[in-house]
Amino acid sequence: MFEVGDGAPLLWLHGGQGFNPKQEFVPLFAAQRRLIVPSHPGFGRSGLPDWLDSIDDIAHIYLELLDHLDLGAIDVAGCSIGGWIAAEMAVKSPERIRRLVMIGPVGVKVGGADKLDIPDIFAMPQDEANKLLFHDPARMTPDLNKMSDEELTVMVRNRETLALLTWEPWMHNPKLKRWLHRAGMPALFVRGASDGLVSADYLAAYAGLLPKAHTLALAAAGHAPHLEQPQALAAAVLEFLERAP
Amino acid sequence: MRAWHFSETAYPYLPPADSYPSIRVSLPNRIYDPEKGAALYDRYIDEWLIAEDEGVEIMLNEHHQTATCVDPAAPLMLAALARLSKKARLLILGNPIANRRQPVRVAEEMAMIDVLSHGRLEAGFVRGVPYEILPANSNPVRMNERHWEALDLIVKTWTTHDGPFSHEGRFFHNRAINIWPRPIQQPHPPVWVSTTSPSGAAPVGARGFIQATFLTGFDATRKVFDGYRKGWREAGRGQDVPIDRLAYAALIYVGESDLRAKAGAEKLLWYITSNKVPPHIANPPGYIPVSANVQMLRGAEHPMSAFGKRASVESAIEAGIMFAGTPDQVLKQIQKHYDHVGGYGHILIMGQAGFLEHDDTVHGIRMFAREVYPRLKALYPDTVISGFPQPTAGATARC
Repeated sequence: MFEVGDGAPLLWLHGGQGFNPKQEFVPLFAAQRRLIVPSHPGFGRSGLPDWLDSIDDIAHIYLELLDHLDLGAIDVAGCSIGGWIAAEMAVKSPERIRRLVMIGPVGVKVGGADKLDIPDIFAMPQDEANKLLFHDPARMTPDLNKMSDEELTVMVRNRETLALLTWEPWMHNPKLKRWLHRAGMPALFVRGASDGLVSADYLAAYAGLLPKAHTLALAAAGHAPHLEQPQALAAAVLEFLERAP
Repeated sequence: MRAWHFSETAYPYLPPADSYPSIRVSLPNRIYDPEKGAALYDRYIDEWLIAEDEGVEIMLNEHHQTATCVDPAAPLMLAALARLSKKARLLILGNPIANRRQPVRVAEEMAMIDVLSHGRLEAGFVRGVPYEILPANSNPVRMNERHWEALDLIVKTWTTHDGPFSHEGRFFHNRAINIWPRPIQQPHPPVWVSTTSPSGAAPVGARGFIQATFLTGFDATRKVFDGYRKGWREAGRGQDVPIDRLAYAALIYVGESDLRAKAGAEKLLWYITSNKVPPHIANPPGYIPVSANVQMLRGAEHPMSAFGKRASVESAIEAGIMFAGTPDQVLKQIQKHYDHVGGYGHILIMGQAGFLEHDDTVHGIRMFAREVYPRLKALYPDTVISGFPQPTAGATARC
C-alpha cells in the first residue's frame, strides 16, 4: 500500500493498468489530501490468494482495510475497475464512504443483451485497444523497449488479473445495479470525452442508478483522465470533494 | 507400438489468406458451405474406416469456430464412429474440460460412447489451445486448476456405483451424481491427457494416465516425457514407466516413391502454414505464464509460429514434427526421434490436411500401415520400458 500527503484521507482505487507512484496526478492530490493507494490483489507486486476471483472479493478486503485504518467515513475515488470496487463497497457499507468519485467506471450492465456495454479489449489487437483507452495513444502507449523486466512483469500480471476478475460476466456484476440505490452519498461520475470503453450513455445510466450522482466529461482524455489530464482531473475531483455538503 | 489415424476434418475451401485476419474464432461462417461440409464429413469418416481396415486405430479431436477442424462436438463424431467402426480403438483427444461447464455431462458422454462401442473408448482430455478461450467464453486464468478438478471428478463419476454422491469443489458443484450408463471398461476407459510442457506432464504421470504430446519435436518431447516420468516416480508408481504410457503426434506421410511422398508431405504442411491467428486470439491473458509473456514482449517467438514462417518439408522433418518419405526413410526418421526422446508406445498420425485429397490420404494410410507399421511393432514391442538407463542400482535399463 502506498501513502503520501496530509489532510483528509482519500482512498484511491486504481484501474486495470495498475498504479505507479510516479504518475503525475499523485502529488496534485497529495498537496491537499492524505492519499491512500492499495495495490489490488494480483496487481503490481501484491499477492493473489488462490480463492480470490472477483471484484466483490476485493471490495470486502478494502472494507476490512477501512476497519483497520479506523478513519470513519472516508472519501473514495476509483478508476475503471477501481470504480467498480468502490461501487461494491458503497452498496455494502454506504456509511463508510463520505464522497464517491467514479472515473471511467465499469461494473454494471445497462445496455441490451446483444451488445457489449464495454468493448472487449482482449478480443482486439493491442493498437486498437489503445485507441479506445487513450485520447492520444501515440503519447500514452508505453514504450516496451524502455521498460525493465520487472515493469513488464507487472504489466503482464496486471493484465492477467484483470482477465481473471472481469472475464465473465464481462466487466460487470449483474446484481450491482439492483443495489446501487443504497449508495446515497454525493457521487461524481467522470469520464474522458474520448473514452472508447465507457461511453457517455453508459456513464449517465450508471450515475442514474445512484440517488445523488452527477456526471462530468473531461476534454482531451480517454479512459484514464488522471493520466492524460491530471491537472483538470485533480481540480475537478478536489473541488467536488470540498464543495459537496 | 500402436498407430492412430488422426484427422482434424478440416474445411479447406477458403478465400485467400490475406482477405481475413484469422482462420480461427472470427472467420465468418458464411464461408462454410454446409453441402460441401457434408461431403467432407462423409469422406473423412471413410478415411477413418479405411485406417481401421488397415489395422490402425482411430483418433479425433475437437476445436471451435475454425476452418482447421470442423468438429466442435467431438463426442458426436465419436458416437457415429462407434457405430460405423467394428474393431478399432476410439481415441478422443480430447475433451476440453477446462472449457466445459459440466464435467459430469462429459463423463456421461464418454460412458455412453464406451457402451455404444462395446468398450473401445480411449478417453482423452486436453487443456485446449488458446484459440478455444473466446468461443467457450472461458476464463483463461486458472485453467489448469479447473482441468484437474474436472478430470478427477470425471474419473470418480465413472467409478462410483453405489448411488448418488455429491461434489462441492472450487469450480464445480453437483449434489447428486449417479450416471447411467456407466462405462463398460473397468475400472474406467483408459485416460489420456495432452500437454506440451514438462510441468504439465508431471501430474499426468502422477496419476498414471497416458501422456500425449503434439508436434514438440526432439528436445521438447524428451522434456515432456522426462516430466511425466518424474511425476510417475514421485507418486510412488515405481521406477519403470511402461512405454504404453507415452504418445507422440506428428505429421506423417508415407509414399511409394520419393516424389509421391514429397507431394503428400507438402500438402500436410497446410496445418502449419494455414494457421493464421493474430496475437490477441493466440495469446489470451493468463494462458501462458507471466515470465513467458515477458519473453514474448522482448521479442521471443513461439517455436511453432517461428517455424510456420519458414515451414518446409525438410525443416519439419529436421525438427522432428514431420515424418515423411518412402517407408525406409520414414522408419529411419521415427527411429531417430524415438531414440532421442526415450521412446513412446503410441504414434498419432496427422495424416490428412487441407488439400490432401482422398486418394492421396488413403495412399498414405495404406503405405504406413503395410510398409512401416509392422516393422515399428517388431522394433518397439509394448513390453519395453520408456526412458533412459537410470544411474541408481535398482533401475531397469531400457530394452
